[in-house]
Amino acid sequence: MTDHVLTYMTFFPLAGMGVVLLLPRERHDLIRWVSALFTLPPLLLAVWLYGHFDPTKPGLQFIEKFRWIPDYNIAYFVGVDGLSISMVLLTALLCFLCIFASWGIDKAVKGYFALFLLLDTGMMGVFVALDFFLFYIFWELMLLPMYFLIGIWGGPRREYAAIKFFLYTLLGSVLMLLAILALYFSSEPYTFDMTVLIAQNTKYGTAALPFWPFDRLGWGFQHVVWMALFIGFAIKIPAFPFHTWLPDAHVEAPTAISVILAGVLLKMGTYGIMRINFPMLPAATAELAYYFLAVLGAWNIIYGALCAMAQTDFKKLVAYSSVSHMGYVMLGMASFTSQGINGAVLQMFNHGTITGMLFLMVGVIYDRAHHREVDGFGGLAAVMPVYTGVSALALFASMGLPGLSGFISEVLVLLGAWQKYPILTVLGASGVVLTAGYFLWTIQRVFLGPVNEKYKTLPEINGRELFTLVPLGIIVIILGVYPNAILDLLRSSLDELNRTVIPYLS
Amino acid sequence: MEHPVPTDYLRWIVLLPLLGAATNGLLGAGLQKKLGKWMISLLACAPVVISFLLSLKAFFDLLGLKPEERFLLDRVYAWLSLGTLNADVAFWVDPLSAVMILVVTGIGGLIHIYSMGYMHEDRSYWRYFAFLNLFTFAMLLLVTADNLLLMFIGWEGVGLCSYALIGFWYQDHVNARAGNKAFIVNRVGDFGFILGIFLIFWSLNQQGHGTVTFREMQRFVPLLEGQEMWGIGVATLATLLLFIGATGKSAQIPLHVWLPDAMQGPTPVSALIHAATMVTAGVYMIARLHFLFSLAPVTLAIVATIGALTALFAATIALTQNDIKRVLAYSTISQLGYMFLGAGVAAYGAAVFHLMTHAFFKACLFLGSGSIIHALGGEQDMRKMGGLRGHMPYTFWTFAIAVLAIAGTPLTAGFFSKDEILWQAFSSEHGSALLWGLGVVVAGLTAFYMFRQFFLVFFGECRADSHTRAHLHESPKVMTMPLVVLAAGSVVAGWIGLPAAFGGSLFAGWLEPVFGPHQEAHGSAGLEISLMLLSVAVAALGFYLAYLVYFRRTLAPERFSSLAGGLPYRLSYNKYYVDEIYQFVFVEGSLLLARIGAWFDLHIIDFVVDGSAKLTAFVSWLNGLFDDYVVDGIVNQVADSTFAAGDKFRKIQTGNINSYLYVILGAVVITMIIKLRYWS
Repeated sequence: MTDHVLTYMTFFPLAGMGVVLLLPRERHDLIRWVSALFTLPPLLLAVWLYGHFDPTKPGLQFIEKFRWIPDYNIAYFVGVDGLSISMVLLTALLCFLCIFASWGIDKAVKGYFALFLLLDTGMMGVFVALDFFLFYIFWELMLLPMYFLIGIWGGPRREYAAIKFFLYTLLGSVLMLLAILALYFSSEPYTFDMTVLIAQNTKYGTAALPFWPFDRLGWGFQHVVWMALFIGFAIKIPAFPFHTWLPDAHVEAPTAISVILAGVLLKMGTYGIMRINFPMLPAATAELAYYFLAVLGAWNIIYGALCAMAQTDFKKLVAYSSVSHMGYVMLGMASFTSQGINGAVLQMFNHGTITGMLFLMVGVIYDRAHHREVDGFGGLAAVMPVYTGVSALALFASMGLPGLSGFISEVLVLLGAWQKYPILTVLGASGVVLTAGYFLWTIQRVFLGPVNEKYKTLPEINGRELFTLVPLGIIVIILGVYPNAILDLLRSSLDELNRTVIPYLS
Repeated sequence: MEHPVPTDYLRWIVLLPLLGAATNGLLGAGLQKKLGKWMISLLACAPVVISFLLSLKAFFDLLGLKPEERFLLDRVYAWLSLGTLNADVAFWVDPLSAVMILVVTGIGGLIHIYSMGYMHEDRSYWRYFAFLNLFTFAMLLLVTADNLLLMFIGWEGVGLCSYALIGFWYQDHVNARAGNKAFIVNRVGDFGFILGIFLIFWSLNQQGHGTVTFREMQRFVPLLEGQEMWGIGVATLATLLLFIGATGKSAQIPLHVWLPDAMQGPTPVSALIHAATMVTAGVYMIARLHFLFSLAPVTLAIVATIGALTALFAATIALTQNDIKRVLAYSTISQLGYMFLGAGVAAYGAAVFHLMTHAFFKACLFLGSGSIIHALGGEQDMRKMGGLRGHMPYTFWTFAIAVLAIAGTPLTAGFFSKDEILWQAFSSEHGSALLWGLGVVVAGLTAFYMFRQFFLVFFGECRADSHTRAHLHESPKVMTMPLVVLAAGSVVAGWIGLPAAFGGSLFAGWLEPVFGPHQEAHGSAGLEISLMLLSVAVAALGFYLAYLVYFRRTLAPERFSSLAGGLPYRLSYNKYYVDEIYQFVFVEGSLLLARIGAWFDLHIIDFVVDGSAKLTAFVSWLNGLFDDYVVDGIVNQVADSTFAAGDKFRKIQTGNINSYLYVILGAVVITMIIKLRYWS
């Protein structure tokens, strides 16, 4: 079993989908429990993986590789290193918890859970795949269920949101496919094996292409490929100006899907850039990181925070805060310092847990009041004290309060970025003030003040909801006090990754 | 480094209050219901008292060491280590932090005990004590952290607890807003602070010694000399950034605006957080990093100037306020200004000395005002007080002593510490007569507004309504005993820091291992004593004016308030309109930007996105037309023509063998003719 741990983790949910499809459609509880049962093994395996991963080694571990379509040199090739293991842990955890957050779904239950499990497999696959072709298949595999999960189980404007999401991501996928093929045909012999493509990273040309606009920009083949991949990933992050699908998708998506969307899907953008752009196209990375990662990242931080401040829909507010917080990841990874890049990946993990909590928390109140208008509540602290306490933890963690996990990653990112981009760091750090501004204002409007008569009798958060929130809350606290629990996994792989790019920095 | 004494008890000084906070925070609601409030009190007060005892142990442990070896370090675990960055969870106590932990746990402990009486009626008793404990933890972390990043946890932690306690009665939006304001203004300061940390770390890193640990920084900061960033010396820029943090935490211009609003919290909170501890963090930080600030004379000059101006500015506001706690709040800002004045002339010891004495008398004043508010059923307006001296003897006498101390009456604690700062402001190489003059003016103003308050509250007719008057009572022992202790401290605490002219300062001697040998002032003992007499005279003048206006009532207050058309009065009463200006520029400004951003998303980006979708739909509609009419048209046309042609050609196929044969024959004949004619 341990030889194929990643395969099991990836395909357990798919098997679960098969089982769910065989169940009678009206047995809702059975379907829910079976789904939970099939997302539990990946979580347990993730814990096992955490214990058995050797953090001192920078390379890939738990590798499985066999030939799949030999004619085109396509292999089934999976493995994890420090970069992906944190994402694998996050995916396994969030998927398991989100099954319970989906308990309230009562429309076409069977279809929902089947698609959810398919999505789970797709996401896990993206993070473990080391063959470009396989990567692309998983990438597309998760797009489809996501489209249906938003488009069928979403809110009133679900179709608009789903189509917007689909089109944005499809644009990204097309560019990515072109880039993948470009790399495939420049390899010797033709291969989709990422490790081989990385080993050949000096071969991709950097001399400016002889036609407009690349002659002007001085962009060679490598830059163009970098850009194609980047746009594909930037849409997922989402980086300005590709971010507007996110608020719509979040607002319409059911709670659990929002959690997955913010917690896992967004990470694929930054993960892809670090997994592919950085080591495969290091020269272009070194040249383009400033504009497209650092500047754009700082801009994301401020722009997202400002937009969040203007929102009156609680969920949209949280969605925009994600735009802001993912900006830290971009800024951090563009610094090519140990603190910056480790902080960036830690921020990916922390954002997953913290924003997951935030969306779960919004879901709790939405299920009770059936609206999400920030100004429509007031005084909930007196009505739902436990709920308020848990929410406050999530909100303060998102504000980067020292002692909680978000602080560590944000401060590492900013510290790392300061060495290379002091001005951008100042801008990015000012986002911390804005974040405090809009979240405190939100807390005040929702939880404080006199009790809103309409919601005087709202029931307190229930056991199932606490079960989804508390594990995340515990992680948020532990990582604030002992960040090495994750940093130890990352350090050697990410420092190694930095070393592939640093020689190209001028 | 090896220690001659075990040090692993230090962590418990810090962690015990955290334990209390966690217990009360998680289980408090249930415990309070099942066992009653005494359990909450026990869980909250015991840790602080034990911390105090452990702090005393630390003090005596230090005393037992040779002066130059006086520090204790308790390293718990490695917290952050990436690249050259190494920050541990480690606590250290040296003479400076020993003073701080004694103040925090000592005065903090008294305030915990006092709160048992003050908050007794509150339903959320447990929540109050959980946050009070958490605050104590954060403050202790701040002063015992052995590196800047760990210190920053405490630094923001006190901000969080302050937020939670200011907005403790959260059902009133005014309180919630005051909490928000405190947190956000502090965040602005923290923003500067953290950037300062980055700058120090990377600048030292460039010299091969990247560190955030105080002891190592002290060793390596001389290397920063000559390093520049953006055309400014690194030491200057870094200290300026750190000083932004200090202005936030210690409510100095321009970030002073949160402190008066912080008075919305329960009064013991005002005493603990907004007088005795949290607001002194900025002063402590500068003292802690004195080696860095001393490298940056420009920053020191700015610190001293801001300090002196804040002292003056806040004192002028305090003159006209009617809320008993607001007067004290502005006096706190003003007194903190003194401390920064001291720090800014590199008299760090004097600043810390004033920090300590101020903690006593200001805590005493705040708790005394709490006792008054408690007796008056929540009334805070001094215009509705008066004549309370007979009803509340303990409160009256302790308040009186504290007023004497803050006004700088000779032989009280406030006298010695304030005088030390003024003398240094005059005689230090960073000082000047102007700074000293400002300080003396403030001393006069302080005496005036404090005695104004004292007379308004305790003397004259009682102006409360009859119902309130009937219920007037002295507070219970649990509240008055802390007052007595603090009042005693307001006198005695000064005696450990006598001026050089009177035999020298034990306190300065204690801090010598931290700040280096005491700077002998440039000036004779005679000059020192004459300046001292002068400032006492100015304070006496302030007292006398207050006496005439508010006690004898021979001088109408309108004589002052109508000066220059009443403009100075209105400015002072309205706090120079700073709140309104900030509201307009920063709050409305960010909201405007926020709306612009949101508008841009909806109307520009989504216009492009939706537009391209619509364009695509339009193109595919055209495409559809093209398909229908052109492509399909051609296809159909071809089909139709083929069909028509077939129809025509069908007529050829008659089925008559003869006609076929004729055609074949004809074809053969023609072919042969062509062949013979042209290919032969």
